[in-house]
Amino acid sequence: MRTLLIARLTFDEAFRRKMILAVLLLSLVFLALYVFGFRLLHDDLMRYRQERLGRPDELLPYDVQASAMVLLGLYTVNFLAGIMTIFAAVGSISGEIEAGTLQSILPKPISRWEIIAGKYLGFLAMIAVYLGLMVGGVILVSRVVGHYMPPNVFRGLLLMILVSAILLALTMLGSTVFSTMANGIVVLMLYGMALTGGLVEQVGTALDNDTMVRIGVITSVVLPSDSMWRLASNVVQPEMAVNLLGPTPFGTISPPSEFAVRYAIAYCAVLVVASAVAFNRRDI
Amino acid sequence: MPADDLAVAAEPARLAVETRALRKVFGAFVAVDDLTIAVGEGEVFGFLGPNGAGKTTSVKMLMGLTRPTSGEARLLDRPLGNREARRRIGFLPEMFRFHDWLTGAELLDLHARLYGMTDAERRRRVPEVLHLVGMYGRRDERLRAYSKGMQQRIGLAQALLPDPKLVILDEPTSALDPIGRLDVRTIIQSLRAEGRTVFLNSHLLSEVESVCDRVAIINRGRVAATGPMRELLSRELLVELRLGRIDDDVERLIARFGSIRDVARDPLRPAIVTVEMGDEEAVARLIDALVAASVPVFGATPHHRSLEELFFEVVETTPERSEP
Repeated sequence: MRTLLIARLTFDEAFRRKMILAVLLLSLVFLALYVFGFRLLHDDLMRYRQERLGRPDELLPYDVQASAMVLLGLYTVNFLAGIMTIFAAVGSISGEIEAGTLQSILPKPISRWEIIAGKYLGFLAMIAVYLGLMVGGVILVSRVVGHYMPPNVFRGLLLMILVSAILLALTMLGSTVFSTMANGIVVLMLYGMALTGGLVEQVGTALDNDTMVRIGVITSVVLPSDSMWRLASNVVQPEMAVNLLGPTPFGTISPPSEFAVRYAIAYCAVLVVASAVAFNRRDI
Repeated sequence: MPADDLAVAAEPARLAVETRALRKVFGAFVAVDDLTIAVGEGEVFGFLGPNGAGKTTSVKMLMGLTRPTSGEARLLDRPLGNREARRRIGFLPEMFRFHDWLTGAELLDLHARLYGMTDAERRRRVPEVLHLVGMYGRRDERLRAYSKGMQQRIGLAQALLPDPKLVILDEPTSALDPIGRLDVRTIIQSLRAEGRTVFLNSHLLSEVESVCDRVAIINRGRVAATGPMRELLSRELLVELRLGRIDDDVERLIARFGSIRDVARDPLRPAIVTVEMGDEEAVARLIDALVAASVPVFGATPHHRSLEELFFEVVETTPERSEP
């Protein structure tokens, strides 16, 4: 199966080129800081609670605070994974055209769609491994240091993989059409737009501003990565935390629907097919 | 070789490469105008032309890297892009960049997998081609550490992996030193001996002249000349005679066998007469006639047209590139 061969090549390349290792190393630094921060929060809250023992508790319940801390951790991981996805895949096709490596691959008995599909799966596997490790790390810190276990972690992880799968599909499509440099610019701009759009939507919700909410909805149609993140953030928080915290830059009180998830998955599929079509037409 | 034998060799029964009016237009630029060639099975075919003639674009169309604007092509009697045909075709691209983080052996294993070779086939064939190109000792080094010549050798090894029926080599010796060039020439000759077809794109004329059976010279996107190498080069045969005596009688005698191009007289040395002749047998008959007429013949040097001379002649006389 040549698709899997290309997938493995893509996956191996990420490791051999030490890209994944560099990212993991930096991510370990982040996790170390995260342990430190979570410990401070936990100890502070416990001390505060001790001091106010017996008096009515004006603080938010501990779970809500810990949940906010988990959310911050996952938000960072999600952001890192998104950036990593874009940078890993930005030259997936254009870079190989520019380097000339495709000239010896394409004349082999392999179809161009198999190369697209293989690369997509290879990158996706790499991202899934990364997210699995990082989300696992955040949850582990929360349990061990913060004595708090967020709900629906696995579902949250899948949604976060979906976030990166969306960005990956967009980056790969761009890579079959644009040069590596142009693609990087276009994808980062769209990524920024989705992030800002999501933020505008939260602000709009808080201010009860329909136009701002609509801007958020439109950006999540153009690029549903941020809306899938908000859904992920929603499922890993206890309902109490969502209600108490209200709309935040990192979460939402009105999670996207099941339809939005299906839309996001279809979005990936359509973009991957479009990549194959565009690549098929391209002169190497 | 007699002329009718050439005719047989020129139209072999089965074709390994066949193109009909293949054309590629990039915007307002006609890269390949009308490429019509036929390469018989078992031939070593030289594809020549100056830079920018459309050679690489032609090869890219054959290999499915670039889509033809119009026209038709078949490789190993199957349409372009056919998987079965691709299984039997080896290709060394001009820009032979590979994944440089792999070792030589890993790269060959990857390409063997791309060819769909089984585990057993790969275990047998990868070391074989490594030996063939003299890279077995360096197989576990990363491609990044290879010199240009070594990369080219690995590229050639990659093209030979599937026991190809057709090998398309795009400038295979451009990065090689004289030893490497000789090695490639030896490999091409052994491919021919095994009955494989070799399509050699090169601008190294002496190299093409020494290995190719037939050539096509491409200029401005068209085939400017094509035919068996011997036939193209023997169209004109000049003989340089060094004679002890030259006078009107001798000149008349010579004129019965060929046309005199030049006579250089020197009272102290033998005269040098340059004669254009039909074939080498006529030269032998002329020498017999001269000897019979008691003209001292000190030497007779036949001089074929070189591929280089033919190349320049063809390239200089090609009409302008057409508009799209």
